Amino acid sequence: MIKSPKKYSVFSLVKNAFSYHENWQPAWKNPEIKKEYEAIIVGGGGHGLTTAFYLAKNHGVKNIAVVEKGWIGGGNTGRNTTIIRSNYLWDQSAAIYDHALKLWEGMSQELNYNVMFSQRGVMNVAHNLHDVRELKRRWHANRLNGVDCEWLDTKEVKKFCPVINTSPNIRYPVMGATLQRRAGTARHDAVAWGYARGADSMGVDIIQNCEVTGININNGNVTGIETTRGTINSKKIGVVSAGHSSVIAKMAGIKLPLESRPLQALVSEPVKPVIDTVVMSNTIHAYVSQSDKGELVIGAGTDGYNSYSQRGGFNIVEDTIMAIVELFPLFSRMKMLRHWGGIVDICPDASPIISKTHINGLYFNCGWGTGGFKATPGSGWVFAHTIANDQPHALNAPFSINRFSSGELVDEHGAAAVAH
Amino acid sequence: MLLINCPYCGEREQEEFSCGGEAHIERPKNPPDLNDDQWADYLFLRQNIKGLQYERWNHSFGCRQWFNVARNTATDEILAVYKMGEKPPVVESNDPITPCGEPAIGSGNFSTSKKS
Repeated sequence: MIKSPKKYSVFSLVKNAFSYHENWQPAWKNPEIKKEYEAIIVGGGGHGLTTAFYLAKNHGVKNIAVVEKGWIGGGNTGRNTTIIRSNYLWDQSAAIYDHALKLWEGMSQELNYNVMFSQRGVMNVAHNLHDVRELKRRWHANRLNGVDCEWLDTKEVKKFCPVINTSPNIRYPVMGATLQRRAGTARHDAVAWGYARGADSMGVDIIQNCEVTGININNGNVTGIETTRGTINSKKIGVVSAGHSSVIAKMAGIKLPLESRPLQALVSEPVKPVIDTVVMSNTIHAYVSQSDKGELVIGAGTDGYNSYSQRGGFNIVEDTIMAIVELFPLFSRMKMLRHWGGIVDICPDASPIISKTHINGLYFNCGWGTGGFKATPGSGWVFAHTIANDQPHALNAPFSINRFSSGELVDEHGAAAVAH
Repeated sequence: MLLINCPYCGEREQEEFSCGGEAHIERPKNPPDLNDDQWADYLFLRQNIKGLQYERWNHSFGCRQWFNVARNTATDEILAVYKMGEKPPVVESNDPITPCGEPAIGSGNFSTSKKS
């Protein structure tokens, strides 16, 4: 629990109601930039803010800055489809994503901020024999790793999610599904704001509208960063800049195994509650859930080429909508309200890089690709450990950048379900 | 969606094409002599440029020929199309003013001031 004079509670709500809610204080400050910090985090998204938060909370680092080129929650943290799950195939992935899921379960209490985490379950649907085998393999792997997972046959799928079309006559019939009941969704903006508020209350300086333009290195040691608002010195710099990781890495002369691509999502007009779980399909690439406002939240795929434009192709959206309409014919008359893209940094093995580099004091947390949101607290937890101790936590040791030389890849491309 | 001018078929929708990633990466001439880091560099490490990038495309649902494209990844503008084996042409592109910033005709997510 964060000790803060502005703790949110039912009493603070009532108290502020008497002053017509005009006296709420900002959730985080807008500080002056200091000349030097003990650690600088580049990127004020969910992963960057959790890193700063856990650096302060778990490792007692006092003097931290988070430098963000735009505004808090304006990047991929506010653009994803908010799905949280940990049913990954490989041991390394299951361990880190399940660690994150456990942190999600206590997050609202820990932050004193309601992130609206809802464990409504995530269902991964199988449409052919290969899917059935693949998903059953993952179901068993999950259970061996202590990750909850169940297998549902077609009738049980229909019972769990009545609006799904289980007719055997559709092009890709539903042949069963895995279900992780602990999985679900959360309000992504609240995650960014909650961690920003939490970090701020522990003395972290959150510096918005400040873009990094260079990294200063002296004799193989990092000494600070150049920004659009001047030089800031620090001996420890953690880069968590998602789609722009390669651009930042280039400033330090590092080449990363990343490709940045647009990933799109869209929401429909709001309707009454119709789907109370998350349905994902690997084969026909569709995933859908319903937000608390009543909008259907639909995730599309990535485009097949590199781009930083935050716009994707309409053909990708069309493919996803076709799949959704086949699985849920009752959605076919719904109107889509908003549609957007974010830039995701994809690793060749679809696993993240949370690693030291050959430059002392420079750390990278990137490559989360299409599935970083669910890992937000776990990612910050292990990255903070890596920065504070100058060595990886047991959970992120397999996700070192050196795995591309050693060949010890954590191949989650097909295994983790394509839709993250 | 992009409109790509295939040097063999003319302008077609991007759906007909597949992108083959960064162009002009040469296969090492002396494979047995390479160490693990050099292999990693060849196999996995990419420039992933924001701005002008030279890349390979294949007209996979058309003539199935490979060719190169010079494209600005910050704006998605296609600046030149040239055949395999040709040297990358020198083209002017609307690059971002700051490394992570937005170009003058960007995505609308401006964090730095636009070029006038």
